[in-house]
Amino acid sequence: MTVFLQYLANGLAMGSVYAIIALGYTMVYGIAKMLNFAHGDVIMVGAYVSFCATSYLGLPAWLAVVLSIAACTVLGVLIEGLAYKPLRQAGPLAVLITAIGVSYLLQNAAQLIWGATPKNFTAIVSFPVPEPLASLNVSAVSITTIAVCLVIMAALMWFTGRTKMGKAMRAVSEDKDAARLMGINVNRTISMTFAIGSALAALAGVLMCSYAPVLQPTTGAMPGIKAFTAAVFGGIGSIPGAFIGGILLGIIEAMAQAYISTSLANSIVFAVLIVVLLVKPAGLLGRYVPEKV
Amino acid sequence: MSINMNPAMNRRSLIAGVTGLGAAGILAGCSDGGAAAEGSASAAAGGFKIGSIGPKTGATASYGISVTNGVELGCKDFSVDGLSFECKSEDSTGNAETAVNAYNTLVDWGMQALVGPTLTGPSVSVADQCNTDRTFMITPSASSEDVTAGKDCVFQICFTDPNQGRNAALFLAEKYADEKIAVIYNSGDAYSSGIYTAFTEQAKASKLQVVSEESFKDDSASSFNNQLTKAQAAGATLIFAPIYYTPASVLLTNAHDMGYDVTVMGCDGMDGILGVEGFDTSYAEGLLLMTPFSADDPASADFVKAYQDAYGETPDQFAADAYDGVHAVAEAIKKAGVTPDTAPEDSCEKLAAAMLEITVEGLTGTLSWNDKGQVEKDPTAFVIKDGKYVQA
Amino acid sequence: MNFLKDKVTRRDFITYGLVVAAFAVVSLLAAQGVIPRSLRGQLVPVTCYVVMAISLNLVVGVAGDLSLGHAGFMSVGAFSGIVTAMSLTEAIPDPAIRLAISMVVGALFAAVAGFLIGIPVLRLRGDYLAIVTLAFGEIIKEVVNCLIVGVDSTGLHVIFNVGGDKTVADLHLLEGGVAIIKGAQGASGTAKIATFAAGFVLVMITLVVVLNLVRSRAGRAIMAVRDNRIAAESVGLSVTKYRLIAFVVSAALAGAAGALYGANFSQLSPAKFDFNTSILVLVFVVLGGLGNMRGSIIAAVLLTILPEALRGFSDYRMLVYAIVLILVMLFTNNPQLKLLIGKIVPKREEAAAHGE
Repeated sequence: MTVFLQYLANGLAMGSVYAIIALGYTMVYGIAKMLNFAHGDVIMVGAYVSFCATSYLGLPAWLAVVLSIAACTVLGVLIEGLAYKPLRQAGPLAVLITAIGVSYLLQNAAQLIWGATPKNFTAIVSFPVPEPLASLNVSAVSITTIAVCLVIMAALMWFTGRTKMGKAMRAVSEDKDAARLMGINVNRTISMTFAIGSALAALAGVLMCSYAPVLQPTTGAMPGIKAFTAAVFGGIGSIPGAFIGGILLGIIEAMAQAYISTSLANSIVFAVLIVVLLVKPAGLLGRYVPEKV
Repeated sequence: MSINMNPAMNRRSLIAGVTGLGAAGILAGCSDGGAAAEGSASAAAGGFKIGSIGPKTGATASYGISVTNGVELGCKDFSVDGLSFECKSEDSTGNAETAVNAYNTLVDWGMQALVGPTLTGPSVSVADQCNTDRTFMITPSASSEDVTAGKDCVFQICFTDPNQGRNAALFLAEKYADEKIAVIYNSGDAYSSGIYTAFTEQAKASKLQVVSEESFKDDSASSFNNQLTKAQAAGATLIFAPIYYTPASVLLTNAHDMGYDVTVMGCDGMDGILGVEGFDTSYAEGLLLMTPFSADDPASADFVKAYQDAYGETPDQFAADAYDGVHAVAEAIKKAGVTPDTAPEDSCEKLAAAMLEITVEGLTGTLSWNDKGQVEKDPTAFVIKDGKYVQA
Repeated sequence: MNFLKDKVTRRDFITYGLVVAAFAVVSLLAAQGVIPRSLRGQLVPVTCYVVMAISLNLVVGVAGDLSLGHAGFMSVGAFSGIVTAMSLTEAIPDPAIRLAISMVVGALFAAVAGFLIGIPVLRLRGDYLAIVTLAFGEIIKEVVNCLIVGVDSTGLHVIFNVGGDKTVADLHLLEGGVAIIKGAQGASGTAKIATFAAGFVLVMITLVVVLNLVRSRAGRAIMAVRDNRIAAESVGLSVTKYRLIAFVVSAALAGAAGALYGANFSQLSPAKFDFNTSILVLVFVVLGGLGNMRGSIIAAVLLTILPEALRGFSDYRMLVYAIVLILVMLFTNNPQLKLLIGKIVPKREEAAAHGE
């Protein structure tokens, strides 16, 4: 039983990392309607900035996180403005390919700046974990990540539901042209979305690398794809869906590794995803929109 | 997603754009080729051309960069009066197709001996090509038996995977016979699964108690909590992890965070772990590894210093094996009486014949080669104590 | 030459002609030794990528389904092709025939995989379809990773290594047996029987199949389903059937390309056919123009050669590649530029209205 709970805790820890990345993914996708494959690489940049701030400049952890959020926000807005905005009128695939180009660019630029040698990221948080959890190997990082996830989720739901900017975002997501007619500045709204998404990416990067300490230029690529899967799992565009999708993905992966096969764990995760999508074609919490003639 | 057709002018413009840029790229490539050809012409008087291949971009870049740096340093150090080396390294991105392309680029350059490639998979493809073209090849780090099998002009500096796996099992049987062993290996990687295969065979023969066998893949190498939980539940007191140092640093961190007090043992790919920036080396205390090279060995001091001066990092066994590769080529050239003017095909035959006769006092031990192209040198088991390698 | 009066047919024949001419010129230059080795070594992979691009274009451009798992079918074709070619080494000494058979077998296996995957996948649309194809691509990669295959005088031996604890020794091959696929280590020691001519033939077959499919009744139905699913359904077209036709044909062609690719390298790991390879092929398709086969060919050739041509940039090579990719996307989708080109070649617009 203890061992089972340990696997569950491992799954939750991994899942919370997927969830926090998926929140940023789903935010950008839900509003800008584009698969931002460079999201994982913005995460990597966020982690590098935080690493440099603590290791080279000796800054305290909170300041490093703030710096990394600032850097990623600027980076996200820059990417959006330079690479995605000119393609607003082009098809979704043109933007997808550009996002892939940006992903390559960030990875290779990171290698030139920080080198290819992996760096070991020191966790930014550590505090003694209370007893029943400690014996299950629940780490301070995992507790923090889940807490941060919940806070972000609540904040995003409040933001998109209650504030003027949030409402504008939803309007843009629904229908860009109609939103423009209503006097909403579509470009600014999308830029804002990227700013928020990239700030979340920085936070995700720091927490992800606190959990999985190896930091190298390709660090963000695979978690990016997994988090994308998690976002689709929960219903892409849905904020609570991203959280639930991420957590479930982590748990399924841990259980598959523990009880079925470590070499087929990814396949099992993907197989569950496929089954879920066949039963609920818009994901767990996604809204199924029937097509109108 | 409904995808609308592009209007034709869009298509035309696409093609025009791609063609233009592609042409520009090709021109750039050509002009560079021209420059390289000129360079070689002027140096043909003295330069013996050594090429090296390794991933310089992508997830495995750190290994490839070590190898190409080692070759570069070797070419500088082993250039003597009357025989100087020219070297050129190409990126393989860790992929067999690109590695073959890199090899062909080097052949165009006029390469006379290849010290590379770095990774096993690409090396098998390139070795096959070398055998067909009669190009002399010695790989510093590709350790599968498939690399040299049936190819008389291909040699290895590192131990073969089966050799390492067997030696590791024998070592454990001798010194740690009572431990319960868990194996954690990378099932997506030829090196790791190659050692694992040989290890389990020898472990059965030596009656080691293997209680758990777990694998992982590159895309799940970010966390080993589940594998470690399994190993712990099975009561393992020693983990044999024939994996590269990057995932190994995660493994050790995870084990430490879990409070799982376990001895970890690795093979030569583990060397380099103390150089991972930001890694708390206290987690590596007591780590066992079988590697031919130690940067703490006084005999390697000159090399370590030169490498640090040139590249700002402590060399790992990838760099040391690559350096020894150039050393071996230099010795073979002396033995065979090859000069930089010898045609690549002739020099290949002569060097391959000479390789079987020479003995090299290298950084990674005393090296000699058998007719299969495999190296014969003694593995050394080290244990990490106070952040230094100590012979176990 | 009456049939050439039809604009669409004429354009198809120009495409065939260009491919034949390109093959002739390249073969001639290669025979003269003018082409440097670095380029010559890429000829076979380039033809494989061209076939991949054309076949993916059938799904993405013509059928309008975004697939992110195309490399999975290439993998199925490559490994089934390698197993076929290796086990027939003694039975069929002629490498050309062996290659042809292995390509057919590769195509068959990939078609079966495409059919099995297509049935569930094609119930979905849009980005959900994209993620499920990505998932299948990854699943194929992991499944191949677990395969251990060997051949000896008693026939083929296959182990599916789920637990991760089996090795080649568990195949219990007889004396003289060969291990063909060794799990994650992939296939090594494969005989290299692929030739540029075979690649050319495959490209031509692919073009004929795809272009004729697109121009046929089925092709028009596929496009009708893409353009307006509900309208197509209301006139009695079976949506699933036509999307499935495109998907399976595309998978089969990718399988043949995989078999050719596998026969060109003496070592092949399952990890080669990952998400990045699928994406790479998608880049060819989008850059070349959706539904535009000629564009796919040109984009596949140029973008495969580009990273090699950029070797002069040494450490900055992949950075430059990324920048080129982004700039090409930006420039080709720039409204002002489009307008300008539209002014210079106004006639093209009219041709397009009739075309693809």
